[in-house]
Amino acid sequence: MDVFLQTLVAGVLKGGLYALIGIGMTLIMGVMGIINLAHGQLMMVAMYITYVLHLAGVDPYISLFVAMPGLFLIGCLIQHYLLNPLLKVETILPENQVLMTVGIGMVLTEVVRFIFKSDYKSVSTGYSNATFFLGDISFSVALVISFFIAIAFTVAMFFFLIKTDIGRSIRATAQDKDAAVLMGVNTGRITIVTFGLGSALVAAAGSLLAPVFYVFPDIGGPFTARAFIITILGGLGSTVGAIFGGVTLGLAESFGATYISMDYENIIGMTIFVLVLLFLPGGFKRLTKV
Amino acid sequence: MAFFQVEKLVKYFGGLAAVNGVSFQVEKGEILGLIGPNGSGKTTTFNMISGYHRPTSGRVVFKGGEIHQLPTHRICKLGIGRTFQVVKPLGRMSVLDNVIAAAYSRAGSPREARGLALETIRFCGMDAVKDQLAKSLPIAGRKRLEIARAMATKPELLLLDETAAGLNPTELLDAIDLIKKIRENGTTIIIIEHIMHVIMTISDRIHAINFGQTIGEGTPQEVAQNKAVIEAYLGTDYA
Amino acid sequence: MKKNLVPLIVLAALAAFPLVVEHNYYLHLMILFLMWVVIGSAWNLIAGYTGQVSFGDAAFFGSGAYAAGLLSHHLQLSAWWGLAIGGFVAVAVGMPFGWICFRMRGAYFALATLALNEVLRHSAAIAEGFTGGMVGILIMPTFVSKVPYYYVALALAAASMISIQWIVHAKPGYYFVSIREDQDAAESLGIDTHYYKMLSLAIAAFWTGVAGSLYMNYMGFIDPDVVFSLHDISIMAILVGIVGGVGTVYGPAVGAFIMVTVQELFRSGFFGLFEYLGRATGSAAVESMAKTITGAHVLGFGILVVVVILVLPNGIVGDWPKIRSAFSRNKIAA
Repeated sequence: MDVFLQTLVAGVLKGGLYALIGIGMTLIMGVMGIINLAHGQLMMVAMYITYVLHLAGVDPYISLFVAMPGLFLIGCLIQHYLLNPLLKVETILPENQVLMTVGIGMVLTEVVRFIFKSDYKSVSTGYSNATFFLGDISFSVALVISFFIAIAFTVAMFFFLIKTDIGRSIRATAQDKDAAVLMGVNTGRITIVTFGLGSALVAAAGSLLAPVFYVFPDIGGPFTARAFIITILGGLGSTVGAIFGGVTLGLAESFGATYISMDYENIIGMTIFVLVLLFLPGGFKRLTKV
Repeated sequence: MAFFQVEKLVKYFGGLAAVNGVSFQVEKGEILGLIGPNGSGKTTTFNMISGYHRPTSGRVVFKGGEIHQLPTHRICKLGIGRTFQVVKPLGRMSVLDNVIAAAYSRAGSPREARGLALETIRFCGMDAVKDQLAKSLPIAGRKRLEIARAMATKPELLLLDETAAGLNPTELLDAIDLIKKIRENGTTIIIIEHIMHVIMTISDRIHAINFGQTIGEGTPQEVAQNKAVIEAYLGTDYA
Repeated sequence: MKKNLVPLIVLAALAAFPLVVEHNYYLHLMILFLMWVVIGSAWNLIAGYTGQVSFGDAAFFGSGAYAAGLLSHHLQLSAWWGLAIGGFVAVAVGMPFGWICFRMRGAYFALATLALNEVLRHSAAIAEGFTGGMVGILIMPTFVSKVPYYYVALALAAASMISIQWIVHAKPGYYFVSIREDQDAAESLGIDTHYYKMLSLAIAAFWTGVAGSLYMNYMGFIDPDVVFSLHDISIMAILVGIVGGVGTVYGPAVGAFIMVTVQELFRSGFFGLFEYLGRATGSAAVESMAKTITGAHVLGFGILVVVVILVLPNGIVGDWPKIRSAFSRNKIAA
């Protein structure tokens, strides 16, 4: 029973962070209609920003406020200079925007490798390995703090989307781009802001995860995979779905590692992906609609 | 047994009924006009007939067989062709290749497909533009290409979805001529049209719907005097 | 027959190549080039003609390679049998995914191929008893000389191009392109879009699997990271497809030639240029720089993906008029 509860707790905590990653992805998906296959790589860049600041003695939870604006900017630039121009490019090549994000992901990874080499870096803080106990269940201090910050960001994001003008414009663009244009929404600018926001959210996840994970250039790929699994699980473009998707994936990984084998951790996500395609195409979003 | 009929067709999207109990019949060789204000459920009805949407309930019967569970391509093979209100040209293929792709549904060999395509293109008066890319055609050309493509599948029943919308007066006359020619060919037609004088001149019978329900049916003269139809189009003040 | 003249001359020249050039290094590059012609043509069929982008060609390539390797490893059969069945194994692996994904619109197929490749790579690494795990599979090459491999590769390249060319100009070709252009319209013309997408995938997976078997036979060694590589196989396949020209007949051949050259440029440190510079200057800085550049082929690929999609989205063959007009305009300006 303890093992079960322990696994459950670990899964939920991880799931909270995955939700943050998934929301960033699903925002971009909703507005642009594309899967961003550079998502994990953007998170990796945020982790390195956190790492560099850590070397300068800055706490990861503080460097969050550097990594987020930094990645917001990078996201905006990517959208403005690399993705939006593709809308005007005449090509037979389908999914050229998705392919572009693959290229961007590769460039980000290799540039980081160029600067920092492939070595594993760690952002070890006083609380990196600290735990506390509730009953017999141990809680990683870093993961618990991260979990609550992730929830705070998620809630803030919802308020932003529902209450602010930009948030409403983003939702309008996601629902119907043409109609949004007719209502006077500058969709070009909205896509830029959205990609920036999505990047900033995943940057937050990166800074929060830095104390508990090793940091290395190739960490981006597996997180991109997680992000798209979460998005597919939750239903493309659904924000609430992304939260469920994130927690589900966190739990699945956690239980898989405990009860099946650590070896299979990488396959579990993919298996979920296939199962969703088979039995629930459209993801959790489908369940809420008639 | 009618040549073609829909029976109590219902389609819900989410909680909204787009079509709510529409029934009509079409006899062989007839032209049936389907009219109604925007959003009344005309195109949804077409989409159910041609298999793009599964009806929530109701039946579509063609030559004695139920077809509302069949996939679109099977329905085409059975002999129901359609055009799209929002035209869907195969943009980066030539007009001829567009029609050849359609002709392959009836032709066994490449030569046969090409022959049938050329014949259909001539029939539709598109000889002059047959080597142009479909996406380079003006709107009248695209609407005509929709018809040519559908005709190359040798339909016994043709569904025309606003093929006259957006045409200038000369093009409109050409379109009416073409539709009449198709009918003389022995093809049965159901046509959705907003331009009243077009639908009034070519239809044998008219079926009017509003809010997904039938509000009147009869000859063009009868329907033109139908109170519910006038109300739907002009508002209650005019009825 | 005039339009077949140029391809026939090229084919004759390629057939004569080993008689003229006996240097193993160039034969090796040519074998790789021919192998990539096969993969590129296959990718082009499913992505360029049918409009369904595969992001995980390595899944099919690796399946073919492992089919050949495992036959030899477990049953002591010649790995050449793999050439016969490798393609079918790749089809068997790809079909269930296609069957599921092609029912849905959007990027599902692209993502699923990506996921499929990851599953296969990890599985091949975990199932040590069966696949040899990360150690990989080593077989004795049949021939010492590269010439036999060259002719096998040439035969496969020719066969794949001719068969795909033939299909593209027949009924399925019209259907593939119709599906790419507008799936709803295609359905209304009596095209079973699901079936024809599956057909296109089957042909593409088959040839990619055959190329994988060829790789196993020729290189004599495979491991999960080599044949299921995202960068060196899947992305390379996409680059071969788009650099040459998406949806064109000869694009993949052009693309394969350019990409194999680019790959070799990086691998060899620009044909030893940087090594030479390092030795000539005797400076440690230049030498380490040279090493970095040699190791930067993934970065090079990444930049290439970004630039090609932005500037030459239809490839050299597809954008040829654009390239030519750009140059002639320069001349006028000069």
